[in-house]
Parts: sequence; C-alpha cells; structure tokens
Amino acid sequence: MNLSHVAVKTQENWQAVCQADDLVADSGVVVWLDGAQVALFYLPELEQSLYALDNRDPRSGANIIGRGLVGSLQGELVVAAPLYKQHFSLQSGACLEDAGQRLRVWPVRMNGGAVELAVA
Amino acid sequence: MKATASGQRERLVIVGNGMVGHHCVEQLVERGALERFELHVFGEERQRAYDRVHLSEYFAGSCAETLALCEQGYYASSGVHLHLGEAVLEIDRERCEVVTAEGRYGYDQLVLATGSYPFVPPIEGSSGNARLVYRTLDDLDAIRAAASQARRGVVVGGGLLGLEAANALKSLGLEAHVVEFAPRLMPVQLDGEGGAALKAQIEALGVGVHLARATQSISAGEAYRYRMNFDGGEHLETDLIVFSAGIRPQDALGRASGLEIAPRGGVVIDHHCRSSDPRIFAIGECASWNGSVFGLVAPGYSMARNLAALLMGETASGFTGADMSTKLKLLGVDVGSIGDAHGATPGSRSYRFIDEANSAYRRLVVDASGKHVLGAVLVGDNSYYDTLLQYAQNGIALPADPAALILPQGGGAPALGADALPDSATICSCHNVSKGAVCAAIDSGCGDLAAVKGCTKAASGCGGCAALLKQVFEHELTARGVTVDKSLCEHFAYTRQELYGLVRVEGIRTFNALLERHGKGHVGCDICKPAVGSILASCWNQPIMDPALVPLQDTNDTFMANMQKNGTYSVVPRIPGGEITPEKLIVIGQVAKKYDLYTKITGGQRIDLFGAQLHELPLIWGELIEAGFETGHAYGKSTRTVKSCVGSTWCRYGVQDSVAMALRLEDRYKGLRSPHKLKFAVSGCTRECAEAQSKDIGVIATDKGWNLYVCGNGGMRPRHAELFATDLDDETLVRLIDRVLMFYIRTADKLQRTSVWRESLDGGLDYLKQVILDDSLGLAAELEAQMQHVVDQYECEWANALNDPEKLKRFRTFVNDRRADPDVHFVREREQRRPAAPLHLIPTVEEAV
Repeated sequence: MNLSHVAVKTQENWQAVCQADDLVADSGVVVWLDGAQVALFYLPELEQSLYALDNRDPRSGANIIGRGLVGSLQGELVVAAPLYKQHFSLQSGACLEDAGQRLRVWPVRMNGGAVELAVA
Repeated sequence: MKATASGQRERLVIVGNGMVGHHCVEQLVERGALERFELHVFGEERQRAYDRVHLSEYFAGSCAETLALCEQGYYASSGVHLHLGEAVLEIDRERCEVVTAEGRYGYDQLVLATGSYPFVPPIEGSSGNARLVYRTLDDLDAIRAAASQARRGVVVGGGLLGLEAANALKSLGLEAHVVEFAPRLMPVQLDGEGGAALKAQIEALGVGVHLARATQSISAGEAYRYRMNFDGGEHLETDLIVFSAGIRPQDALGRASGLEIAPRGGVVIDHHCRSSDPRIFAIGECASWNGSVFGLVAPGYSMARNLAALLMGETASGFTGADMSTKLKLLGVDVGSIGDAHGATPGSRSYRFIDEANSAYRRLVVDASGKHVLGAVLVGDNSYYDTLLQYAQNGIALPADPAALILPQGGGAPALGADALPDSATICSCHNVSKGAVCAAIDSGCGDLAAVKGCTKAASGCGGCAALLKQVFEHELTARGVTVDKSLCEHFAYTRQELYGLVRVEGIRTFNALLERHGKGHVGCDICKPAVGSILASCWNQPIMDPALVPLQDTNDTFMANMQKNGTYSVVPRIPGGEITPEKLIVIGQVAKKYDLYTKITGGQRIDLFGAQLHELPLIWGELIEAGFETGHAYGKSTRTVKSCVGSTWCRYGVQDSVAMALRLEDRYKGLRSPHKLKFAVSGCTRECAEAQSKDIGVIATDKGWNLYVCGNGGMRPRHAELFATDLDDETLVRLIDRVLMFYIRTADKLQRTSVWRESLDGGLDYLKQVILDDSLGLAAELEAQMQHVVDQYECEWANALNDPEKLKRFRTFVNDRRADPDVHFVREREQRRPAAPLHLIPTVEEAV
C-alpha cells in the first residue's frame, strides 16, 4: 500500500440520514448508516445544535449511546452511557473517565429539512 | 518451515489457551501490546479459552459457547494469531523456536501457560470408564457418555475439585459417591469439625461419603460394572470412576528443553515469572514459585497481570505469592477457608461455633496475643467471610469479644466502619484499590467522588463497593477539615430537600425554569436532570412522557422499561397484590410467547418479561393494555409492588383480608414518584408470610386492625422495619402512610431509601412519630392533601404514550430504517432465550481450576 494516500484529505461527502422532525429536542435518536449505527443528539438552544456519535457503548458492547442522557460537565457537553454511566464528549467522542474508550464522531448538519452526515 | 517475524515487532508466543493464558492475552491487548509484539497463542484443545471454574455447569445446561471467556471473534479482531488444536511438541531453545505438528515458529519471548493435568494414582484395573478424569470439556464429554449407561458413579478425591465432580455426576442423574483417602473432606482447607459439618450437609443431599479409604484394586462388579476394593477389606460397586486426586503441573515442555524444574514439579520462576532461560516465562499452574504451585485461578491471574506489565516495560511490582483464602459453593453448600485455617501457627488459639442442628461450623483462629485474625473456617454460611477476610488480610485489631465475629448475627452485625479500616484495606476488589490509594487520590486534589473514581477506577467494576467508597471519601474529607459539599451537582448548589422546597414554594413546573432561577449553565447533567424530574413528578405528577420532561429521564423512565445488559428491555405489568386471574395470566403467556420474551417471576409477586427491543415495547404494551394491564413502574424510582399473603379469605390463621388491603394500597400509591423505589407488603396475621418487616411500608394484621411498620429494607443492606403504630383501622392506616411517604419525599436526599433516610433523621423514630402521629410540625393536613393530589393525577403512562403518535416516535430502534438492532443476539437456555455470550465475562468465584 502506498502510505502517502493516507494523508490525502478526503472529500466531504454529505449524506441525508433522516428528517429534522425525526429528532427529539435535548435528547438522542439513532440512524442506520450503511451498517453503522449513529446516535444523533439535538440541542436546539445551542449554537451547535447537532452532534453525531457512534451508537455502540464500548464498555457493554451494546448499541445504546443514543438512549443516554445529555448534559454538561465542567463546560463539556456530554452523553452518559445508559448502562454504566460513563460520559462521552459530544464534540470529540472522548470518554471523560477512561482514556481507553472513545466514540467515533461524524460531522453533521441540517440542510433544509434534512439531517446530513459527512461520510468518507 | 520457519515463519518469519514481520515488520519491526518482536514475536511473543504464548503456549496454552486456558484461563491464565487467556487472561495474559487480555492484559496484553489492554495495554496496547500488539503495537510492540506479534502475538501467537497455541492451544492444545479445540475450544478457545473457557471457564474451568464453572465446569460443572456444562451438565446443568451450559454449552462450550456459554463457558467461553471471550466472544468468538475476540482474538481475530484484536490482531492475535490463535492456533487452536495445535499442541506445541517441543521448544528449541537454541534456535528460539517452538515446534508443532504444523511447523516451526520463531519467538523472541515465550510464555508457558500450560496449566496442569489430573493426577491418577496407579491402581490395578483402572482403565476405560474406571479411569475418567475431570478437567477439560473433552473429559466432560467422556463422563457424559459413560454416564448414559450408568446408575452409580464414584469420585476418587474429596477435595474441592472432587466435590465439584460429584456435583457433575449428580446433575447427570447418577447416584454419586465420594471416596477420600484422608479422614475428612477438603483436608487442605478444612479442619476436622469443618469436614464433619460438610460431610453431614453433603450426605443430606444424597451423596455417599467414604473417608479414610484407599483403593487397592478395581475388579468386575456384580450389581454394577466395577468393584472398587479398599484396603481393610471393604468394597464399593459402581458403573464409572472419576479420579480427582489432585493436579500435577504440566511442565513436560520445560523439562524436555532443560529448564529448571522444581523438586515437586513445575517450571521454576522468579518473581517476574521468568524461568531459568531469560527469554522464557511461565505463569499459572505449570509454574513453581518459591517451591509452591498455586492451584487457584486468582494467583494465576496475578502472575498474568504482572507479566503483561513487565513485557510492556511498565514497572511491575512482581508476583509475591498469593493468598489461598477461598470462598465457594460446593454442591450448594457454602464453604470458606481463610489463611491459617488449621491453627498451625505456634501459640494460636481458636474460637469455634458448632451448630449440629443445621450442620454449620465456624472457626476463628487468632494469634497468641488474641489481637489479630490468623485464619478461619466456614461451613454452611459464607456471609461471615468478607468481614473475617478484611480482619485477616489487613491485620485489623480484633474487637473485645472476637467470638462475636462468628456467632449467629442478630439485628446489628459488627460491620467495619470507614475509620476502622487500615490504609491497606481493599476497597474495590475488581480494580484492587486500597483505602490508601483513595486517600492518596484525595491528597492529590480529587475533590469529589467522581474524580476519585476516575483517578483510582474504584467502584467502576461491579460497583458493589460504591457505598463503602463514598463513606471512606466523606470520612477522609471530614478528617482533613474539608466541609463535605452536599451540592446536588455542579449545576445546583442545593441539596435535594432544598430543591424540593424551591419547586413547591415557587410552583416551578419545568427543569429549565428551575435551572434558570436557581442553577448554573443551560443544560444540566445526568445527576440533576433525573433528580429534578423525580421532584417535579412527586409534586405535580404530570405524565413523564411530556415533551418537557422526557429529556430529564434516565433511559428506563424515558422508555418506560428496564434496560438490560445487551440494550434490550424488560417489561413488568402491574399485578396488584400479586392477585391475577387465569385469563390475564394467559395473556401474559401469549404475549411472552409471541415476542419470545424470557419470563421470570419476580420477588414482588409479579412477572418480568425480558428481551424486548425498543420498537417492540409499544406493540407489547398495546396487547397488555388491551387485556386490562397497567404499567408496573418497575423502571422508576416509584412505588413498585404491594406484596401480600392470601389472608383471612383462605388461610385458617388469617385475621384480616390482607389481599384486599394490598389492592387498596397498591391502587392508591401506584405511580407515586419518590427519591428511591418503594416496596410495600401486607400480611394477614402475625406469621408474616408477606415479609412486611423488610419493606419500606409494612402492614401486619392484628385481631383489632393493622400494625404499621416503616423504613425496612431487604437487598444489599437489610434493615428490619420499625413498629410505628398499632391496631389501626383502614382509614387511619392509609392516612398515616400518606403522611410518612410525603414527609419522606419532602426531606430525603436523592436516591436515599427510606431505611437510610430514617437513620439520618435527627431524633430518630421518636421524632418521626412526633411529626406524623402528633403533628408536631403542623404539616399533617398538607402532607395528606399533597398525596391526594398525586393520587388524583394518576394515569397509566403507557396508556398515555400509546395514544400519542408524537411520543411513539421515540420507540424506533432506527429513525430511518425499520430493521431491528442486528447486534442483539440470543441463545436458548432451559427452553428460553437469553443474551448470547456474556459481553465481559468476569469469573466472580475464583477457586481451583
């Protein structure tokens, strides 16, 4: 494999995943994205109102992140995993309690009435 | 051919894929070892690593897959090369290669984790079904095959594993016997009296026990296939014989390649688990440390952890021996052994408690000064084990009367407080965190419990130590002169009680209004949101599915079901008082069958249905509500059940109609939100079949009316409810319960059960009686009115949700796709389904493997 390809910035490719009215304010829903499960959190009162994270909880192995409670800890927006309550940053996917856990995040935007994710 | 190492990585080869070998792989993977090593694991057996500690479950319904220690794809997805069914035949130390039937593999470092093999004494005539052993799944298959033609089976060896094997024979339907050479069972762990108590218990279970018997020869039997001839002239006939007379280290590879071997077997290792060849390590039962081979899984795990740290260049503390204390259930009998169980230390003295009626036995061995615990033996009841182990391991000074530690416990067992624990005391055994480590974390600046948890990992395993951790944390803060901050969280500098007052006085009905007026920030967190949600519900009882309230609820309240470990839910319809018509019972059965739900009766006299996915919940509830069921609130911090006995309508002893009273109470308080869950019970006479004295609210019939008990608890921290008022008529009873519960809801801390609340009340029970019975605060009428308001607002949350398409939108596994979660897998066990292979299987009982 030619390693130099790795560094090439990938073109952002926006894909519509659901409608705005599928979202639940101040809470999460989950979309299916070609085999991946993506949790979408919607905080309508904030400047950045949409966040997209992997739905799989690395601690339990269950797909439950989208059903977690949203909050803020020391200024960081987080979701608490429903089973063991560890917190993940909505922005970066990093786990606040365990550096070994991290969730994938996707760029996400509202485009008209549609919610779109940037897929590689 | 010789495989060549690829890239820059060193090649690490592990021989053996048993429990210890697997644990070593896990420890390495967790430490990111695959960036440094190309890791090859060789297993002689066909199956990947499985749980030998629970081997006897193989005959009780478990399969090889259930016993597996990791998921099917774990090795592949971690990047480990696993060679199963490929035994290593030889180690070529000169060329640094291992040799298998398939080829040669080079290594830079080599780990032997080959375990042990069962010792079979040479006895004339032992072959075939008269020479079975009990160690691997293949061995178990052989035993099962032999048992299919058999009526009776004998185990030679009355140790830990022998009794496990006897249990296995029993679960195969055989008449089981144990033959032991020593004059008692479990001679290593138990003393004479302990062995005798265990023998009595096991005999009561229908297992034959033959002590002090040496088998001379095995010949053909008359009534059974074989005849075992003992010295002394006795004999015993049997159809099969399992040998479990001890283990020997599997050190053949080490021997053949010239590694130093201990006189009693085992590859000699130093405290870094290094053998006499610096490139070769040995861990687990194949290793001999300081002249000892450890036949338990915990020391093997400890070696694996130390070795993984060493290989990764971390400063490893090294293996320094292992505590052989052990606690287990053999054939259903509790057996525990701690430290110097035999009192072998010179000058030691013992306290003994012998209960011949129940065949229970406890022995406490103390040192010559009488101040410290050296060891203990427990048979019949292991509830004494944890406290005794703390005393023994941490050298805690004994109380004035040491015998109290093993005497039957009345109401107040002498538990250890936070201040009595020494710095070395283990607080969290999952992550091996000592009290000293917690103190160090506090000193290094961890100012709240979350920081301590994050820093030490304490209470992040099974969570069982959370209460103890909090106690230690608060005690240490107070000791450092720090005022313990009782703020709810970073968003509210108030306690739950204070917030409750603000909500009521100011008539606040939403989280945002409360946050705006009295909190910080705009979002809240997973501590304050559910707490405020619960306060709002207690005060105003709006449906929890109201759009403003939904984002406050924890997932269980949000989806009105209980999330289980694989992300599916369980559903509990309300069955008031445990009374149910056959028609409704049939409906539950039909629904469970239709949605293939695992069905189990709960302790609160209702039925729990497990395994529903999110999108199935509304369908299931549609059918249940159609049949007249209501939500059971099993997911909420709210009234759960009112348990009852059948009462005077059927029972010859009953003096009141306990079922009718239970129905009345459950109907009144169903849906009541509170700081924590609430359980009730009503007994129809003083025999107390409903166990009301272990409930938050307990009611026991008298010939004149009802006695009311309050603030009891079962569970983790049992507390008897206290008698609060006697001989009450129906109306007074309900009025008093209204007052007690509302006063609790007003004044309790978040997630505080009534029992803890009651203990925290200044003035105790007398104060509570003054407030409730004498109305000393002039609150009684208000408390009653408030309860009436909550009662009047009741509505079944599920019925409400099903009528609202907006609310139903949330019950979609994927909002853009109709499929179910493809990662939810079930297997069938005892004719029902259950989650497939545990996601993280941690053996909880560590015993001989």
